[in-house]
Amino acid sequence: MTARIGVITFPGSLDDRDAQRAIRIAGGEPVALWHGSHDLDRVDALVLPGGFSYGDYLRAGAIAALAPIMSEVKDAAASGMPVLGICNGFQMLVEAHLLPGGLIRNAHQQFIRRDQRLRVENASTAWTSDFEAGQEIVIPLKNADGGYIASESELDRLEGEGLVAFRYVGVNPNGSLRDIAGIANERGNVVGLMPHPEHAVEPGFGPGTDAAMRSGIDGLPFFTSAIAAVVAAAV
Amino acid sequence: MPTIVVDVMPKAELLDPQGKAVAGAFARLGVEEFASVRIGKRFELTVDGEVTDEILAEAQRIADEILSNSVIEDVVGIEVVQ
Repeated sequence: MTARIGVITFPGSLDDRDAQRAIRIAGGEPVALWHGSHDLDRVDALVLPGGFSYGDYLRAGAIAALAPIMSEVKDAAASGMPVLGICNGFQMLVEAHLLPGGLIRNAHQQFIRRDQRLRVENASTAWTSDFEAGQEIVIPLKNADGGYIASESELDRLEGEGLVAFRYVGVNPNGSLRDIAGIANERGNVVGLMPHPEHAVEPGFGPGTDAAMRSGIDGLPFFTSAIAAVVAAAV
Repeated sequence: MPTIVVDVMPKAELLDPQGKAVAGAFARLGVEEFASVRIGKRFELTVDGEVTDEILAEAQRIADEILSNSVIEDVVGIEVVQ
């Protein structure tokens, strides 16, 4: 089977086409979905892409989290469907209470764009199984509201239950508490992170590596992991 | 037209980067009277007709569920202004 992975376009989404391309390169079939619809078009997994939905009005991701299709996204997440939120999509997932915590303006106030080193802390989620736990990867980061926060007790719970999926390594680019770059839900099907795996899937268009300029494809395993999860679930 | 004013502030224990930036500008200008600055949001909800208890309760619900995010913010005031 070919995994059908939906990418939801919201008003102000920027990276929906890049996410579709990443799914295609990983071997899946991307399916374009629309925020105003209630139809997930029989997809097997979902990506909420990056961008600046509604211009970050109210709070980043807050208005998109109230979109019609989000009721279907919540049902799908509850049923165990793999759901990945990237950047603005991560912000939507926390605003929709599908993941805990919140994202606030970067501590230094600046928009930041850099190739960011991360450590994969949890390699048993639907979106990280093709990594090794502890593996370090480099993918692009670009955001204004990327500071991850939660209460001390919530942070302790996330750490204790292994729900911190990714941590910034070397530089904490936005003041995120405990260097958290991304988290997962208890079931491991819902994952959100601020950096952008979809921009590091094809040699020539990714971050630079020691081997060659723009050769980094550390984002590809996110999508191959989900495809493998979908295929395994269908057998 | 009656207006319900909702005030939302970032939680006291969290860094408010916007307020901190403004406080930095004060320091550069030699304004020394203020120990800190915090920036919040004011929402004005206008109502056609009288503000009933039901409308006020709905404003409270909207304030808690949409206008603020309880993880990062507090609703610090809801008042009716004529």
